[in-house]
Amino acid sequence: MAPVLTIKNLRKAYGETVILHDVNIEIEEGDFLVLVGPSGCGKSTLLNCIAGLEPITGGSVAIGGREMTKAPPKDRDIAMVFQSYALYPTMTVAKNITFGMKVRGVDAATQKRKLEEVARQLQISQLLDRKPGQLSGGQRQRVAMGRALVREPKLFLFDEPLSNLDAKLRVEMRTEIKRLHQDLGASMVYVTHDQIEAMTLATKIVVMKGGVIQQIGAPSEIYNRPANMFVADFMGSPAMNLIPATVEGGRVAISREGDEPILIDLPAGASLPRDVVLGLRPEDIVEPGARHGAHVVPARCKVEVVEPAGADTYVVSRLGGAAVTARLSAETQARAGHPLDVAFDLGKASFFEPQTGARLN
Amino acid sequence: MFDWLERQAPKLVLAPSFAAMLLFVYGFIGWTAWVSLTKSRLLPKYEIDGFGQYERLFAAPRWDVAIDNLAIFGILFIGVSMALGLLLAILLDQRIRAEGALRTIYLYPMALSMIVTGTAWKWILNPGLGIEAMVKGWGFEGFSFGWLVDPDMAIYTVVIAGVWQASGFVMALFLAGLRSVDSEIIKAAQVDGIPTTRIYTAIIIPSMAPIFLSAFIVLAHLAIKSFDLVIALTGGGPGYATDLPATYMYAMAFSRGDLGQAASSAMIMMMIVFAVVVPYLYSELRTRR
Amino acid sequence: MSDLSGYTPERTDWGRLALRWGLFAILGLFALWYLAPLFVMLTTSVKTLEEIRTGSLIALPREITFEPWAKAWSQACSGITCEGLRPYFFNSILLAVPSVAISTVIGALNGYVIAQWRFRGADTVFALLLFGCFIPFQVVLLPMAKMLGLLGLAGTIPGLMLVHVVYGIGFTTLFFRNFYVTIPADLLKAAKVDGAGFLRIFVSIFLPLSVPIVVVSIIWQFTQIWNDFLFGVSFSSAGSQPVTVALNNIVNSTTGVKEYNVDMAAAIIAALPTLLVYVVAGKYFIRGLTAGSVKG
Repeated sequence: MAPVLTIKNLRKAYGETVILHDVNIEIEEGDFLVLVGPSGCGKSTLLNCIAGLEPITGGSVAIGGREMTKAPPKDRDIAMVFQSYALYPTMTVAKNITFGMKVRGVDAATQKRKLEEVARQLQISQLLDRKPGQLSGGQRQRVAMGRALVREPKLFLFDEPLSNLDAKLRVEMRTEIKRLHQDLGASMVYVTHDQIEAMTLATKIVVMKGGVIQQIGAPSEIYNRPANMFVADFMGSPAMNLIPATVEGGRVAISREGDEPILIDLPAGASLPRDVVLGLRPEDIVEPGARHGAHVVPARCKVEVVEPAGADTYVVSRLGGAAVTARLSAETQARAGHPLDVAFDLGKASFFEPQTGARLN
Repeated sequence: MFDWLERQAPKLVLAPSFAAMLLFVYGFIGWTAWVSLTKSRLLPKYEIDGFGQYERLFAAPRWDVAIDNLAIFGILFIGVSMALGLLLAILLDQRIRAEGALRTIYLYPMALSMIVTGTAWKWILNPGLGIEAMVKGWGFEGFSFGWLVDPDMAIYTVVIAGVWQASGFVMALFLAGLRSVDSEIIKAAQVDGIPTTRIYTAIIIPSMAPIFLSAFIVLAHLAIKSFDLVIALTGGGPGYATDLPATYMYAMAFSRGDLGQAASSAMIMMMIVFAVVVPYLYSELRTRR
Repeated sequence: MSDLSGYTPERTDWGRLALRWGLFAILGLFALWYLAPLFVMLTTSVKTLEEIRTGSLIALPREITFEPWAKAWSQACSGITCEGLRPYFFNSILLAVPSVAISTVIGALNGYVIAQWRFRGADTVFALLLFGCFIPFQVVLLPMAKMLGLLGLAGTIPGLMLVHVVYGIGFTTLFFRNFYVTIPADLLKAAKVDGAGFLRIFVSIFLPLSVPIVVVSIIWQFTQIWNDFLFGVSFSSAGSQPVTVALNNIVNSTTGVKEYNVDMAAAIIAALPTLLVYVVAGKYFIRGLTAGSVKG
């Protein structure tokens, strides 16, 4: 079965400025692909290129196995949900949803049937006669999704649909979108700058920066084995600790202010350059005795800040010249200005080359 | 075929207007410029003769009068309209209950044709039957107000009628501008204990600079185009004492049959407008981007 | 009010009252100044010539006569014919209505393209159109006269319509473009994804929400075209003159006794349509005036 979306060597430039560099992506039916990255990384532009709303300068796009590089949006068998919902302001909810069908010449009976089906699914049946101006943000979001659902497309495209909602609503709608994906088994491409949304919704994540793909992979892979320092820092909250260190004689040394450096033995056969950056997630810096194994190394650091956060407490100290955050339990005895014993669980540690940021292990 | 039409639709829609502008604006300006460089009289000739027409123009006493009048009329019309408009705007800004009604009254002259305005004021300023007679009737036997027929004063009647027509518009512009000032800034000034008049002069009015500019541009434009008003009010007279470049051009074109002069005077008008409007448009289009 | 409302005055209450009354006085005086000409026109138009000659300018009529109005409408002499304003009034209607309609439609489509379908030449075309709004029309008068002659439209109402439409689309495009620019681009994208084409998007989506700006455009254009004199006097012949030209002819005709009451009645008749539009839809009129000037 052909992949539902194939992007090959896609390049997009406005005159001299290159927005997208050599993008290659492939997803199967039922995948939920999330394009994530900071503002200006080109993710929305990429989405528009997939939709056919922007022309591409080089490369190709195929949807459902069919070549779509030059096809207009209406021929691509896609549906799109926008950040601002883009509902037609002078039409009722019902007309908004059936507009596309009307344009395509679908008969009235089928329009009515599909409308009712989708309205029931999204629980907006009671809103059908209202105009967008009379709806709340969440309701508008649902209508926008209804308009997309009713097309039964090969590919759903979402352009930061939750960014305009308040925090609580955002979490609710996020779950709804995930549920929709599970119920329909539909293929979705979703753009967001929120890495939590990316982690919770995606089956596959594309991390972008400056128009260049940094890494493509399943959420767990992106999380546990980031391809470079940018991905390591961008994904996960709080961010992964990036600790400068030096490698000498088979051991990694992390400098500590006013104390001996922490020394960690490297497994035999590991070859690392002299200067590295050690990537360690806050949850992998634990209470001594919490975890066991050869890869757990004790360390003592001087606490700078203690941030209680309800179920956990974040403890910040300074190692290798960088601020390092540990996620400890709420019962921790850590106090600012005092030393604290912790353990580094290096089982999921990442090593990066300091200049290029590339992953070493 | 339909696909091509669909894709080119935006360009096709804009094309007629584009072509129309090229011909009816830029092409015509070019034609007029060309004729202004020829010896055309009753009929246009097309051999370039150089700047002879402009020399004749600047030497013509009637043109001198027209340009002088434009300066007098322009400065007074723009100045008084802006001052009056600002005054009325500030006064109306003081939360009057009758504001809506007053605004309607101040602005209605703008809805009238300048011919109507000219006709009305011609009657009011009629020496013998208008204001002069009225004041005399009140007992002031020595009062005279013959400006309308006085060659030296007639241009000022045009100013009066013009200000009457346009100051309401300026008021509306300024009122909108006054009210668009951020209320937080004003509150901060009040908390600082700054008196109301000072708030106006030091904070509100300076922040309205762009609107002053807009008003100036519109008024300058109106002043330069003033033709209807003069025709109805004074007919350009007495003699040609209230001639403006616009009436001069018209006379040359349709009464005197001197196309070369008509064209050159039109080009001069064009250049005056240019000098005022182009810098403004340029800065506007740039900041809008 | 720029919200100086919560302000506690530094003056006494008497001082404040005096200031308030001073304010009303000044505003009232100005209101009288603005209304005076209208008042004078109205009263003069119903007085007899006898009363005009002997009475005061601002005195109310001792006896009211509507004969000047009848004369102004159907008997006053403009040039060689003495048919009053009536035929020319209808000329103006015949001229204004189609011109307003055509220039509004063209402006709407132009504005739609420039604001939403941005392509390389669109902004240049807009700049060209915008500049056309500012030129003094004297500079196109001669070549236009020639062109109308060439097209066989000299001295006709259709010829005048062409002129008004051509020089009106700059303004109407400006109105619509400024309006459509405020509509988010995502709306167009959603419609494209839904499969709607250029014209369909305009008719089904943009037009329904354009009502306010259509009104502004219509009112502005109507006022401009009805009140115009320069184009009217340059490009019309005896039978096709608009009402402003006829009014000027009536008032400035040198034959016979000057009938000031008829003149005033004629002026009011000529002014009625635009005055009525202003009174009824003044809000939109103001919006039109300020649309280009104050960029909000």
